Amino acid sequence: MLALLTNVNTLILATEEGGQAAEALSDGGTLASLAWLIPVVPMVAAFAIVFFGKRMPYKGWDIAIAVMGFEALYGTLLLLSHISSPIAKDFSVEIAKIGNMPIEWGWSVDGLSIMMYFVVGVVGFLVFVYAKGYMEGDVRFTWFFASFTLFAGGMLVLVSAPNFIQLIVGWELVGVASWLLIGHYWEEHENSSAAIKAFITNKVADVGLFVGAIMISMSVGSFRFSDVMHAIEGGAAEAPVLAQFAFWGGLALFIGAMGKSAQFPLHVWLPDAMAGPTPVSALMHAATMVTAGIYLIGRMFPLYAVEGFADEVRWVIIIVGALTLFLTGLIALVQDDIKKVLAYSTLSQLGYMMAAMGAGAYTAGLFHLFTHAFFKALLFLGAGSVIHSVHSNNMSDMGGLRKKMPQTFWTFVIGSAALAGIFPLAGFWSKDEILASFEYAGGHYTTAQGGAALGTAVLWIAIAGAFVTAFYMTRTVWLTFFGTYKGEAHPHESPKIMTYPLVGLAIGAAFFGLINMPGITEVFTDLVGGRAFAGFHDLEHHADGLNLVLAFVGTLAAGLGIYLGWRIWGPDRATQAERDTFRVNGLYPVLENKYYIDDFYMDGVIRPIRGPMARAVNWFNGHVLDFIVNGAGLLAKAVGRLVYWFDQRGLDAAINASGAATGAGGGALRLLQTGKVQQYAILIFAATVILVAGLVIWF
Amino acid sequence: MDWFESGWGLSLVVFLPLIGAGVLLAIPKKDEALQKMTALGFTVASFVLSLVLIVAFDFDTSGIQLGTKLDWIPSISSSYHIGIDGISLPLLVLSTFITVLAIIYSWEHWPEPHNPKAFLILMLLLATGMNGTFVALDLILFFVFFEVVLLPMYFMIGIWGDRAEVTIPVFKITTQMRLYASIKFFLFTLFGSAFMLLGFLTLYFKGGQTFDMLELAANGAEGLMGSGLAFWVFAALFLGFAVKVPMFPFHTWLPDAHTAAPTVGSVLLAAILLKLGTYAFVRIAIPILPEQSLNWAPAIGILAVIGIIYASLACLAQTDMKRLIAFSSVGHMGFVMLGIATMTPIGINAAIIGMVAHGIITGLLFFLAGSMSHRYHTREMARLGGNQKLMPIMGAILGFTALASLGLPGLAGFWGEFMALLSSFSPAAGLSTTLFRTLMVIGAVGTVLTAGYMLWMLQKVNFGEPKDEWAGHEFHDVDKWEMAAWAPLVLATIAIGILPGIVFGATNDSVVDLVSKAFGG
Repeated sequence: MLALLTNVNTLILATEEGGQAAEALSDGGTLASLAWLIPVVPMVAAFAIVFFGKRMPYKGWDIAIAVMGFEALYGTLLLLSHISSPIAKDFSVEIAKIGNMPIEWGWSVDGLSIMMYFVVGVVGFLVFVYAKGYMEGDVRFTWFFASFTLFAGGMLVLVSAPNFIQLIVGWELVGVASWLLIGHYWEEHENSSAAIKAFITNKVADVGLFVGAIMISMSVGSFRFSDVMHAIEGGAAEAPVLAQFAFWGGLALFIGAMGKSAQFPLHVWLPDAMAGPTPVSALMHAATMVTAGIYLIGRMFPLYAVEGFADEVRWVIIIVGALTLFLTGLIALVQDDIKKVLAYSTLSQLGYMMAAMGAGAYTAGLFHLFTHAFFKALLFLGAGSVIHSVHSNNMSDMGGLRKKMPQTFWTFVIGSAALAGIFPLAGFWSKDEILASFEYAGGHYTTAQGGAALGTAVLWIAIAGAFVTAFYMTRTVWLTFFGTYKGEAHPHESPKIMTYPLVGLAIGAAFFGLINMPGITEVFTDLVGGRAFAGFHDLEHHADGLNLVLAFVGTLAAGLGIYLGWRIWGPDRATQAERDTFRVNGLYPVLENKYYIDDFYMDGVIRPIRGPMARAVNWFNGHVLDFIVNGAGLLAKAVGRLVYWFDQRGLDAAINASGAATGAGGGALRLLQTGKVQQYAILIFAATVILVAGLVIWF
Repeated sequence: MDWFESGWGLSLVVFLPLIGAGVLLAIPKKDEALQKMTALGFTVASFVLSLVLIVAFDFDTSGIQLGTKLDWIPSISSSYHIGIDGISLPLLVLSTFITVLAIIYSWEHWPEPHNPKAFLILMLLLATGMNGTFVALDLILFFVFFEVVLLPMYFMIGIWGDRAEVTIPVFKITTQMRLYASIKFFLFTLFGSAFMLLGFLTLYFKGGQTFDMLELAANGAEGLMGSGLAFWVFAALFLGFAVKVPMFPFHTWLPDAHTAAPTVGSVLLAAILLKLGTYAFVRIAIPILPEQSLNWAPAIGILAVIGIIYASLACLAQTDMKRLIAFSSVGHMGFVMLGIATMTPIGINAAIIGMVAHGIITGLLFFLAGSMSHRYHTREMARLGGNQKLMPIMGAILGFTALASLGLPGLAGFWGEFMALLSSFSPAAGLSTTLFRTLMVIGAVGTVLTAGYMLWMLQKVNFGEPKDEWAGHEFHDVDKWEMAAWAPLVLATIAIGILPGIVFGATNDSVVDLVSKAFGG
């Protein structure tokens, strides 16, 4: 082991270079070579908080916030450095070899990962600041920040991964941190059930991730992304094995992405995950963890873009994305719980991102991920601020908070408008790019796949989705902040430690769209396009100029949603029933029951497995397998008795023997003394000798 | 250090516990402190020497080293041939390590009817048997060590085991748990051993009149036998090893033995005894009978995957925490056997790290289950809710271990599972890729079920509010002996999780060598 440790040491000193940068990309210098700190610091800090957090002046929050401050700073520095001179470099340290495949830890510093470092760092920092105020007085304050830091660490392990193994490690760490945080209030059975639901749903999708990662890495012969990319660069003819498995491998990876990014029909865990504290929802279930699937598709983008590999899978991706964006958006309309509205809204936006990826619009999908991280975190934190103040999640207990919580109100409105895609807020720009991509994508599907008609259909679905988004956000804003207050608490504005982060995020929600105005600024396009892959820019589609028609249609859809929402929910009505006068018979029950998908999973899958199937196996174990075992034992006992009877040739002796054999109550030592065990042993060995003799003679 | 490297070191690691058992015999029954110190002294010495073996071990050589070969029973040309390579080294260290922890744990936790002297003697005997199995290179020597393990465990279960009444289904016989379980354990394993011995003897007679494993492999024992006989010899070995592993459908002794055994017994059973069977597959069956190994591999793979799914489903039906953990062992050993069945370097590496990880993690789970049932006097999960409130540290360690057990990446259990699945994608030449890829997908589905039963177990045991029946009870959280026994296991789980090279670094060269010798190329 000592030899091994020194071995590891020398390897750390001599870090190898990853894939070759195909274009003029820098290696990033010291800033990049020290970027291993990004995933390592929070992982170490999580343990430090568990063990020493309680002794710190702020009970562990101080460690956590220092870590997130470091992450935000490092992410920003890398981002600035990348903008001035694009970086693309993977660092790998071999930690073991299995067969001839090295297992490595490493860190990736390229446009895509830098964008994620920045988002996780900056949004994370603001959410951590806010969380101190929100979690004040919580029974497990220190533990909360340990888990939260573990989550941030897991996410950074994931996005820094230059190979499949590390990606999986980060992926599952994020999953387990999410389980801890959703189930933070585990005294309630409901909460720990929601946590398990999240973990298991993700685990189902992970079957895809595992299988996909295995297929791709085994056909390349390496776990490294750079080697996979290198194989793809050469084209399908040069990498026949990868080309052979790329479709199924790519599809399997997409199933993995469907879990974390909560795509229909694996979306069911996310709304339930709102059982966790609100800062958790803001960071994990809006800004970062759920983006992991989008990130994965982005990381593997050339696999899905280059012809002859998994390009056919894009057709599946766009359909799943379109279904997700539309179906889940409708559910948001019927929710009373403000966090659930935002949860379903998140699902819908994740659908947009995924559909964009399916359309081949890498930049558009990731840009929406980027802007969404800011405005959705803002909305969740705003909702948290309201919940903190009125002690209820339900909008039927809110209303009229506009005057009582002005900062929360204004930032929430900015977030809502950004989400609805109102010019010139962040969401407008990213959503517009996505819409533009569908028009383009249609031309790239075969007739069998729907061709241009599919692209057009998805485009209209997306426009309808934009209408629905504006519609339910108007409802939320009105029911929460306008009209009269219907709850029983005494609402008041939240403390500064909570409102300042809201302002910070609102700035992002308002202005970050401006960094990628088609045809004017291309900061983001260049940022995420900074990848070590020859001709990466040609692979993906992004708009060269603003499509004015689509921008107009999209804005019109949003405006219509706002207008209708205002007409319906604008008038202040006292009760829930009155407020929901807008009910479409037939549609509403279906939406309220979430298309019965949760019920199907529970009654059609989980309960049968946990109940009848498990019991059947257990019964089989006891009544069939053990019947054979015990039956054989009892038979041997009977034979033993018979032999003994012949041996003694007397009835008296036979009765004695059976008496001894059945008198099993006297302890194990006596059992041995009565000779039962020896009897069996002798029988078995006698049989063995006979069998050996037989075999040896026979052959 | 020459004497140490020429076999003495290895022999001491194996026989120090036996000497310790002899010394214990001479200590008066009343002097419990001295008994404990003696037992600890000898096992620690054995453990420390096994660490010295690591230092002395040449990691650049793939062959057998640090061993010796002495005449033992010349009339049947059986010799005292011992030695280790990268495959046995981690398992040997695991064995000496867990034994020390088991003794530390026992310090203040004696199952009824007490009698530490006898209990410690049995533990030391067990240690010699376990250590010996991992170093033996002669089939007779191997058989002796393999069987030496049986008796101490039989007595541990039979005397110190659970006294609850059970009724055996179908036959409606009511007896004490410990009696039923101990007999079942003993006879079932002996049944397997008989076939194993049958296989060994046939190997001797038809494979070149030697019991030496290395010679048998080098002789091409299989070629000497003809494939008809070799098929049945493999069958006999398979039966012997599969019962010990245990593989579905030969596993039914295990849940009963584990449930009935005293805590330390369960720990040793799970952590080390189950590894004897899987180790034997790698050490004996594959090198000596490579062609039959390929022949049997699909069957082994199928049974392994059935075991994974079957055990997970059975786990979901358990109400007894210890029995659940016992069934989970069957599933985990399924992954180990799947790795072995691929007959590839990756698969066998996966199997060995899987064995080590299972030893550490499931060993710890049984420690926890034992300590909890010691405090609550029940193992019924339905009665245990809210443990996290009553005993926060115990709950946290249980949570950690359960996550490790479900194969969380970053912890030790992940490597065995994932690499076994990885190896199934491209099994050895000559095996059906379609079959093994199907097994890969089904095995991956098994990880979902594993996550399910582990998390539901945690939910039932740890979460929620404590049940009313515990109101007013004072529970003392983890004590210092428990902490001393468990902390090293927690650390090892994390260390191997982050640096799997701790195991792979030792095993990989030997495994590659073993596979290339057996299957060529």
